[in-house]
Amino acid sequence: MKLIFEKSVKGRGSSILGKCDVEYAALPEALARTQAPALPEISETDLSRHYTELCHNVHGVNCGFYPLGSCTMKYNPRIDEEIAALPGFTAVHPLAPADTTAGCREVLDKAGEYLCEVTGMDGMTFQPAAGAHGEFTGILLIKKYHDSRGEAHRNKIIVPDSAHGTNPATAAMCGYQVVNIPSAPNGCVDLEALKAVLGDDTAGLMLTNPNTVGIFDENILEITRLVHEAGGLCYYDGANLNAIMGAVRPGDMGFDCIHMNLHKTFATPHGGGGPGAGAVGCKAHLKEFLPTSALMEGEGALQMRSFAGNFLVVVKALAYIMTLGREGIPEASANAVLNANYLMRRIQGTFEPAFDRICMHEFVLDLSEFKKRTGVSALDVAKSLIDYGMHPPTMYFPLIVHEALMLEPTETESRETLDWAADIFRKLYELAETDPEYMHNAPHSAYIARPDEVRAARTPILRYTAE
Amino acid sequence: MGSYVPSTREERREMLRAIGLEDYRDLYKDVPQEMYLDRPLNLPEGMSELEVSRAMKDMANKNRVFSTVLRGAGAYDHYIPSVVKYIPAKEEFLTAYTPYQAEMSQGVLQSIFEYQTMICALTGMDVSNASVYDGATAAAEAAAMCRDRKRRVTLISAAAHPDTINTVRTYCYGTNDQLRIIPAKDGKTDMDALKEMLTEDVASFYVQQPNFYGQFEDAEAMAELVHQAGAMYIMGCNPIALAIIKTPAECGADIAVGEGQPLGMPLSYGGPYLGYMATTTKHMRKLPGRIVGETVDAKGDRAFVLSLQAREQHIRREKASSNICSNQALCALTAGVYMASMGPEGMAEAARQSMAKAHYLASGLCAIPGVSLKYSGEYFHEFVTLMPKADEVLAALADADILGGLPVEGGILWCATEKVSKDVLDKVISIVKEVLS
Repeated sequence: MKLIFEKSVKGRGSSILGKCDVEYAALPEALARTQAPALPEISETDLSRHYTELCHNVHGVNCGFYPLGSCTMKYNPRIDEEIAALPGFTAVHPLAPADTTAGCREVLDKAGEYLCEVTGMDGMTFQPAAGAHGEFTGILLIKKYHDSRGEAHRNKIIVPDSAHGTNPATAAMCGYQVVNIPSAPNGCVDLEALKAVLGDDTAGLMLTNPNTVGIFDENILEITRLVHEAGGLCYYDGANLNAIMGAVRPGDMGFDCIHMNLHKTFATPHGGGGPGAGAVGCKAHLKEFLPTSALMEGEGALQMRSFAGNFLVVVKALAYIMTLGREGIPEASANAVLNANYLMRRIQGTFEPAFDRICMHEFVLDLSEFKKRTGVSALDVAKSLIDYGMHPPTMYFPLIVHEALMLEPTETESRETLDWAADIFRKLYELAETDPEYMHNAPHSAYIARPDEVRAARTPILRYTAE
Repeated sequence: MGSYVPSTREERREMLRAIGLEDYRDLYKDVPQEMYLDRPLNLPEGMSELEVSRAMKDMANKNRVFSTVLRGAGAYDHYIPSVVKYIPAKEEFLTAYTPYQAEMSQGVLQSIFEYQTMICALTGMDVSNASVYDGATAAAEAAAMCRDRKRRVTLISAAAHPDTINTVRTYCYGTNDQLRIIPAKDGKTDMDALKEMLTEDVASFYVQQPNFYGQFEDAEAMAELVHQAGAMYIMGCNPIALAIIKTPAECGADIAVGEGQPLGMPLSYGGPYLGYMATTTKHMRKLPGRIVGETVDAKGDRAFVLSLQAREQHIRREKASSNICSNQALCALTAGVYMASMGPEGMAEAARQSMAKAHYLASGLCAIPGVSLKYSGEYFHEFVTLMPKADEVLAALADADILGGLPVEGGILWCATEKVSKDVLDKVISIVKEVLS
């Protein structure tokens, strides 16, 4: 479809602002730009239709099944959007006097209190804007802690090789050397490998549990004990929190700090890539280092961004938590786990799970044997799902499983949807035997065929330029 | 209790049986008994949609919404065209994930490509990323882009937003790098101090335009100084002002960043906003974050994809320059719709009117005995006044449903936008006059 710039006609536009009712102030010529910016000139009708056409080429979780592993694509309740759009929240200036913002404080305090209870933490900040930003915050808390104790020589962060790429990248942003340790075959921490690298220079360990293949590491207490004995701290990557709420808490597993993705576990929408919110919780001994805003609360130990964070995202998460409450939160997790196990067993017999055991909220299929036999790859299967209106699972992650497809159905899918999805996987399994070529070329009914990514990287076109 | 789980109790029992289990506890058999939570969470009872709606409205009502906002300092109350509120609320845009699967995400990808093009138009730079968290983190990421083995020190103007300075400081703390602050003189960056502090180990200098006090900085002269010293020049510009003021490209910036909130995002107690970030072709491959590129699909038709991913953490892991793996896509969409709705003339008009209203307010206030401008330079839509009884003035304005300027360092930092009418400004001036008489 055409770009908005290709629809632009000189002289068109909307009548948004009226005449200025005071005299213009003169902008000195030396400060003025020489040419008006080449923004589109477009009528409101064309503008509205342009974006409506664009949205028809987008698949959201509220439009259809979205079993994207490690991303927790659960239904995003409309009521939470309505609440976050209340002028009582949207029209509040972040620097308005405190006696006029009691409602905002209440939102942050309540959300903080509830999330501390869910995770077993003592303090919470909502300043981080996303999961990776939360990781960064968490590891900086650990760094501040060691500095405050005169142990700045602790310069190593341990990361299992099954970890998400943000973990090592975060440790590097905090000035730490990354020590990668190999995982046991089931993706769990290899205790011997861990012991071998622990020492006086250990600053901490970054871990997600359940891990990236959807298995709960039963040695977790031993792991956190070993790290603490070496003088390090334990950071919990909350990517997989949706599996365990109400069943077990990161604080009780021995973790010192944690980030959560409110846009996963607490049902706030992903918005096509953001805004999210990466709330960070910590135990009492790290509370004094939690970030502040220089203008709102004054300079503190850390500041991750301006003001109080993605406040409206916290509003939505709070509305979600209050809706589910004491019983609903554990119910959500238990059914996320049930749905994942149910779907895994329904698919099993065709595509095989990488680990044949009870999974947590997600599971990984290993297509390496299947590919050897049929020539059809995990990518081909993923792309073929698009023709059925299903968003593909996460592909080729975690790195420790080859030809991996990782599925996370979440608790907000019905049994019919899971049965439907399993039937499609079965169909594709059979199709690979009879017509692999068709699958190599999938998708066939999407808005575009497979894009040429190599060309995009080699000859980058990163903005529109008029011919 | 509210719930979004569709399956009935009976269905759940059947599903458990289908996977060979008896009850939910069996799902968690890997969790050691000693840490299994054997008590209910200490949370309130769940609520129905109606109840939660009521409870949240009660919270919203505990905030005070002023009918006029004359406070800026990093969050600006501009008029938001109606269409800008409705388009990003479409569920397709709202509830999609990062566009990893290009075939199912062309709408998001194209909207970002268009946003990138608009940011380039506004800043004059060659390449924009898909946005980062906010203006402060954009500044911090830009500073990180500039550091190499020899040049590790970051300079920042004291006249930048305090939250930006503090955020850049935190990012520098992470990588064990130094941040040095160039003092301000008469509300602007002290050029002599800048010259002196541009030593061989300096990687970059960041200036905000217009700065925290609303003053225009001498941005071109700074570019010359910074480049002579072999460092990189980062400008953090207000995007509304950019519709009329010299672009960072014209000023000689290597990287242009800024707080994108004025582009159609409500104040929202500080977020979500977005940070825009653009640079020259030369530094393109150092730019952090998502970038959307144009390519063709297998049939030869135009298509958009996430591009230049070799820069990013999922490939480079600890060697990546940033861990960022998302953007503020919905905010970028909002900004794109805003810029397209306003058009070049509408945006320029928003800038001119904001500037006009601020100057009208300033001259009205300064005609009152005892009130004066703290700084002498040219300014955009913010300015600092010195006046007695600042607290009383702000209280009297609040009684008239007006949020006055922000108290800063012995003065008040005021901001006016196109939203404020002359009548209201006249009322503000007369209230201040009354309090001070």
